[in-house]
Amino acid sequence: MDKFVARYATSPLTPAFQTEELNLLGKWDAAQDFAIPAFDIPGAEHPTQFLQSITNESSPDYKIKIQHGTTTLAFKFQGGVVVAVDSRATAGNYIASQTVKKVIEINPYLLGTMAGGAADCSYWERELGRRCRLYELRNKERISVAAASKLLANMVYSYKGMGLSMGTMVTGWDKTGPNLFYVDSDGTRLKGDLFSVGSGSTFAYGVLDSGYNYDMSVSDAIELGKRSIYHATHRDAMSGGSVNLYHVTEGGWVYHGNHDVGPLHWEYQDLKAREHALTT
Amino acid sequence: MECLFGITGKDFTLLAADEVAARSIVVMKSKEDKSRTLSPHILLLYTGEPGDTVNFAEYIQRNVRLYGIRNDIELSPKAAANFTRRELAESLRSRHPYAVNLLIGGYDTKTSAPALFWLDYLGSMAELPFAAQGYGAYFCTSLMDRYWQPDMNLDQAVALMKQCIQELKTRFIVNLPEFNCKVVDKDGVREIDLKAYP
Repeated sequence: MDKFVARYATSPLTPAFQTEELNLLGKWDAAQDFAIPAFDIPGAEHPTQFLQSITNESSPDYKIKIQHGTTTLAFKFQGGVVVAVDSRATAGNYIASQTVKKVIEINPYLLGTMAGGAADCSYWERELGRRCRLYELRNKERISVAAASKLLANMVYSYKGMGLSMGTMVTGWDKTGPNLFYVDSDGTRLKGDLFSVGSGSTFAYGVLDSGYNYDMSVSDAIELGKRSIYHATHRDAMSGGSVNLYHVTEGGWVYHGNHDVGPLHWEYQDLKAREHALTT
Repeated sequence: MECLFGITGKDFTLLAADEVAARSIVVMKSKEDKSRTLSPHILLLYTGEPGDTVNFAEYIQRNVRLYGIRNDIELSPKAAANFTRRELAESLRSRHPYAVNLLIGGYDTKTSAPALFWLDYLGSMAELPFAAQGYGAYFCTSLMDRYWQPDMNLDQAVALMKQCIQELKTRFIVNLPEFNCKVVDKDGVREIDLKAYP
């Protein structure tokens, strides 16, 4: 028993990437080795503090500027999960791109969303995809969304304080049905029915909370996701471009198109005018 | 902004934690359970740095469980609290200290007595008849000083707990609408529906 424990016990105070190679001699285990990917850490005396000072906006040594500003949302309802995101990338006050894919297709059953550092999100969710595939091969069954999101949370938690910046929602359909988790670079992981992440999230929440109903139809849910993102892009300068829509069903996720918020704006304006004409 | 409360009674410990999970100005979730059951008769409530809290609580939970499996006897609440305190104290001097504040409540099956421990991230620990963590402590420790009595029954303790939560609603600026309340006694840990009590 104790031998078994010693083999798999790692102290949370010394993550795998800090373990010396010598300590692994004779007990190398592929599963252990890939448990947490190892990165080169800056050769400073206190790597965490160094990275913090260089990535923190309010620090005088702020040099690594990470892309922020996004609106993403996902919610569970009677027919599965709807995921909607905008597509703008900003670097300071410059719009770097209007055509970013902020939904990361981890595998045909799992979706991840991207807010915060684009590179951090794509890298770690790609890494998550690899681990989910390994899990599948080892266990001959698909990984649950709860387990997948915990893998991600544990990975980013081990780099806590080193400047990672991501706020992501992991969603999918498993044995227990549709599932939605919020995971961020603090190491927070929350199970929930409705989340919105990013600078435009408050605007999206406003529309989403008022129009949300668990028993709504699939088309209504998709429309609500689209509209919430549109309203967020209208009020939040750092969100914009187009809306990407996904619907998670029992058979995996389904893509529901890319909708430019420019034409969408006039569509909704017309709708409003028609509604107004009807009431007067 | 998080609040934890603990009250010991005659043969039980009553614990409550708010259910809000917030990030900057946004409430991300309003039904989050901020507790982990360490053993059949020990409950841990946590607040503090997001990420650290759950990680540390689950680390303690698994190690207390491991002790139970290895030795075929469960740790007493006092032993579990002392173990937790030591982990916090050692973590404080590490490269990445846990910023977690805790309440550990339990029922000692050997002495048939309730137990409540207050722990902070600096590794301080105190065994108390009643305790609070977070801003709630500023409002409610005096309240519990005034109304707590030894050998309270469950109804009296729940009434005091509700009084504390009510005080937060009237005087505390932050909205904490729901509290998750649990009791630990000789039968183990179970949830208490505060609304079911008058």
